[in-house]
Amino acid sequence: MSVDLNTVRRIAHLARIAVSEAEIPHLQGEINAILKFVEALDTVDVDGVEPMTSVIPMRLPMREDVVADGDIAPLVLANAPLTEDGFFVVPKVIE
Amino acid sequence: MTDLTSLTLAEARDRLKQRAISSVEITRAHLGAIERAEGLNTFVAITAEKALQMAEASDARLARKEAGPLEGLPIGVKDLYATEGVHTQACSHILDGFKPRYESTVTANLWRDGAVMLGKLNMDEFAMGSSNETSYYGPVASPWLPPNWSRDRGRAAALSSDKRGLLTPGGSSGGSASAVSARLCLAATASDTGGSIRQPAAFTGIVGIKPTYGRCSRYGMVAFASSLDQAGPLARTVRDAAIMLRSMAGPDPKDSTCSPTPVPDYEAAVGRSVKGMKIGVPKEYRLEGMSSEIERLWARGAEWLRAAGASIVDVSLPHTPYALPAYYIVAPAEASSNLARYDGVRYGLREPGADITELYEKTRARGFGTEVRRRLMIGTYVLSAGYYDAYYVRAQKIRTLIKRDFERVFADGVDAILTPATPSAAFGIGEKGSDNPVEMYLNDVFTVTVNMAGLPGLVAPAGLSSEGLPLGLQLIGRPFDEETLFALGETIEQSAGRMTLPEPWWA
Amino acid sequence: MATDRASAKLIKGATGDWEVIVGLEVHAQVTSRSKLFSAASTAFGGEPNSHVSLVDAAMPGMLPVINRECVAQAVRTGLGLKAQINRRSTFDRKNYFYPDLPQGYQISQYKSPIVGEGEIQVDLTPDHSIKVGIERLHLEQDAGKSLHDQSPTMSFVDLNRSGVALMEIVSRPDMRSADEAKAYVSKLRTLLRYIGSSDGDMEKGNLRADVNVSVRRPGDALGTRCEIKNVNSIRFIGQAIETEARRQIALIEDGGAVEQETRLFDPARGETRSLRSKEEAHDYRYFPDPDLLPLELDPAFIDAMAADLPELPDAKRTRFMADYGLSPYDASILVAERETADFFEDSVNHGGAKRDAKAVANWLMGDISAQANAQGVAVADAGLSPASLASLVDLIGEGVISGKIAKDLLVRLFADDRGADPRALVETHGLRQVTDTGAIDSAVDAVIAANADKAEQAKTKPGMLGWFVGQVMKSTGGKANPQAVSDALKKRLGV
Repeated sequence: MSVDLNTVRRIAHLARIAVSEAEIPHLQGEINAILKFVEALDTVDVDGVEPMTSVIPMRLPMREDVVADGDIAPLVLANAPLTEDGFFVVPKVIE
Repeated sequence: MTDLTSLTLAEARDRLKQRAISSVEITRAHLGAIERAEGLNTFVAITAEKALQMAEASDARLARKEAGPLEGLPIGVKDLYATEGVHTQACSHILDGFKPRYESTVTANLWRDGAVMLGKLNMDEFAMGSSNETSYYGPVASPWLPPNWSRDRGRAAALSSDKRGLLTPGGSSGGSASAVSARLCLAATASDTGGSIRQPAAFTGIVGIKPTYGRCSRYGMVAFASSLDQAGPLARTVRDAAIMLRSMAGPDPKDSTCSPTPVPDYEAAVGRSVKGMKIGVPKEYRLEGMSSEIERLWARGAEWLRAAGASIVDVSLPHTPYALPAYYIVAPAEASSNLARYDGVRYGLREPGADITELYEKTRARGFGTEVRRRLMIGTYVLSAGYYDAYYVRAQKIRTLIKRDFERVFADGVDAILTPATPSAAFGIGEKGSDNPVEMYLNDVFTVTVNMAGLPGLVAPAGLSSEGLPLGLQLIGRPFDEETLFALGETIEQSAGRMTLPEPWWA
Repeated sequence: MATDRASAKLIKGATGDWEVIVGLEVHAQVTSRSKLFSAASTAFGGEPNSHVSLVDAAMPGMLPVINRECVAQAVRTGLGLKAQINRRSTFDRKNYFYPDLPQGYQISQYKSPIVGEGEIQVDLTPDHSIKVGIERLHLEQDAGKSLHDQSPTMSFVDLNRSGVALMEIVSRPDMRSADEAKAYVSKLRTLLRYIGSSDGDMEKGNLRADVNVSVRRPGDALGTRCEIKNVNSIRFIGQAIETEARRQIALIEDGGAVEQETRLFDPARGETRSLRSKEEAHDYRYFPDPDLLPLELDPAFIDAMAADLPELPDAKRTRFMADYGLSPYDASILVAERETADFFEDSVNHGGAKRDAKAVANWLMGDISAQANAQGVAVADAGLSPASLASLVDLIGEGVISGKIAKDLLVRLFADDRGADPRALVETHGLRQVTDTGAIDSAVDAVIAANADKAEQAKTKPGMLGWFVGQVMKSTGGKANPQAVSDALKKRLGV
């Protein structure tokens, strides 16, 4: 399995990482090297095997329905690059 | 004051309790050592003022005989852990300037027990790497000089920014390992997703343990691969590692994958007899082309355990060869989702953009290094439509098979499994991975199986290579049976003799 | 699937009849104090980013912990939908980038939802009932809100809603008209309110629907469907379906083909428009959330939920018809809101007696509901209690007041005399009706005497009786029993 240049562009966009045209071929090479490496898995017989869903046997812990958090707007906003009137501010979303 | 930095954590603890030394003294000694070791580039943030404040408070508690288990002991913290008000960037540019308003559970536990924070330790960016060469803050140098290097040559290389030629301490917890080995802190917190505690421990001649998945809380740890990440200590002795783990570990309702089981007294297991224990030696770990040196070390380790009364049996873990490729599907996949939150909106770096998409793409391109970018791309690809079943689901099935291999062996009465820790001793900075990323990944071949199965793994120094560089052995245990690993690790440590760590050449 | 029902819903196109197929995905906000995976408040409103925890803000190292009550609400709802409760379900991450989605993924349930197949009975009219199949119900996180209209270049993000628990309820494409779809949503909303798992408040955005519409010639295979997203009122759901169906029919009859796409309903324009952007469709890269474990439900847990379920609307309706002799229509109206049904029953049975159920129903569905609607409150808050409605009906039954006086009493009870006891009001204001035949006769005689000429005309114009009744009522201050007045007038006027 290997990826072509267009797939590299598409993945970069899905991952929201800008990659210059010049970098695409090199990135393609890196990705294909890794894909070649994992080809070793193709030969394993996984018939009837369940994918791992929990690493250790444990029940999903549940929390009581009480308000025990929030009301910390200053903390929530403290590290933001740009805020205004208590909102996070970002350039417009183009639909 | 170098005496104080050559104490083990246990020795320092006892002296502090006896009031033979003060926390302020020993903290100052370590801060001085750190200052002199700038060339190793182990710390990315030094919290000197805070450390002294904490030390003073510890001295007061020691005077009142209210000492916690780690009272007054100066510790380093991997930059992966959220420490309130202190630099927390997972050594990435994308978290530029991030100082969290919250504390991770693991570090909160350390402070609860009285430890003193010296600062934040260098690491591979987002814990992705095996040599601490992907950090935004530059590579870390191991305190072990390359074979036949003079101290002057070492010092000169340490002054250069790329530190070429010096040895890597391993990764991703390279800063932690180097700092502990160079005696800049009594112990350090680290993390392990594919070997990031154990491989650096082996490279730097110290002890590291990755406990069972779920033993420590992941709350406040910058997430890399959620089903593989686990916190653990790096220390100079097995006893020290046991003392650290006891404080770090424990239930946490804020982490749904953290086990509710209570933490035993790990230190009590150090020195326990290993007589009658059954140790498995898996044939699949005997790699083709493996160096005879490592083979011999492995055999020697088995002999030590046999001499101590354990029995050695051959076992088989047939899916071993598939662990590394499966890991390089599962870990990047989870990472691609975990790192989506680094988008320039609520914290960290923000690159300007005409619209939100441009902001995302530019911020993440500028903020992530090349290794992180590579793994995010792979991760995104293997989860994408049309490839999910062929890659991710398949890898998770293979994970089940890997775990079953271990379960079968343990069910046969094996108490622990003995393997080499790394395929080689430490290599030079700049030596690997530039042509093919996979070359670097092969470092983890002996360690990833343990993360994939969620088991505990301990590495103890077992000897030196023919070139005089440290080599370690790994012990893999049953779930939540870290005690057996500490007992066995102590036997290895006693048999091998305490590792003589390098004298400072870097100052 | 009755073909006669189907044929009644067909839309006439230019080239023949068309059948419209509708399926709905309803998102209902779960009633709970805190969010699905964080302990921040779900309260409506609030300063921006004040109901936000570090988990909601997706700070580095934050982790989800599930709210037991949200799980319980989903199970209760599943039971109310007569659906399969899945003992084991998993949470998946739905990955995409948007500023109101701080984690860069939404925690949802894709492969294994908590609730499987079920059904709802929807009654449109007494003789038009349909069963709508439910495919699944799952839990997921709501997203925050972005304000795009505050500035020409910037958007403002508030994460208060981010992480609030939603139930997504997916129906089978069993609906065949806008009316059926509207009735379905209405019934679903009633059910959720009965169970208490969601308040179904569409104005607050706590209930919204994604509407899937396709058309086909009767007998043909299913056509390509379009999804109209985020429709937030029942009225708009109906309008959206009708305009979209017509759009698709016109498109096909013109020789075109319907493309599968996402659309938005624009109420101002009364049309749907495409949301399809130049970029390709989202690839959500679903995978099981590794920060969570599979959810395993104990049978005991499910049984406890089942035991605690209130009587649901269908059962209540059947019981009201049997126990109180109500018509299907009346029973349906009363059970539409649980509070109304409870008010009805409490009134009928107040004080241990069992009074005229039909009378209670009429007052409740008539004057009291009208008043409640005008005030914008529930019937229980219009000004009467079940006890006072019971008194009112008793007073009429005892002949103490007439229906007309009762209406006057209500006016007082809705306003200045809220919460007062009707019997006390009758005494205080001297509202007893006059039934004494002597008094009535005198009043009648007086009015006839004062209007002799009209009295003459009344012999040939029976319609004038009404005017006379009005006059007599006026002269007695409205207290005379209207029936007795009418009878007496008829006798005296000779009509």
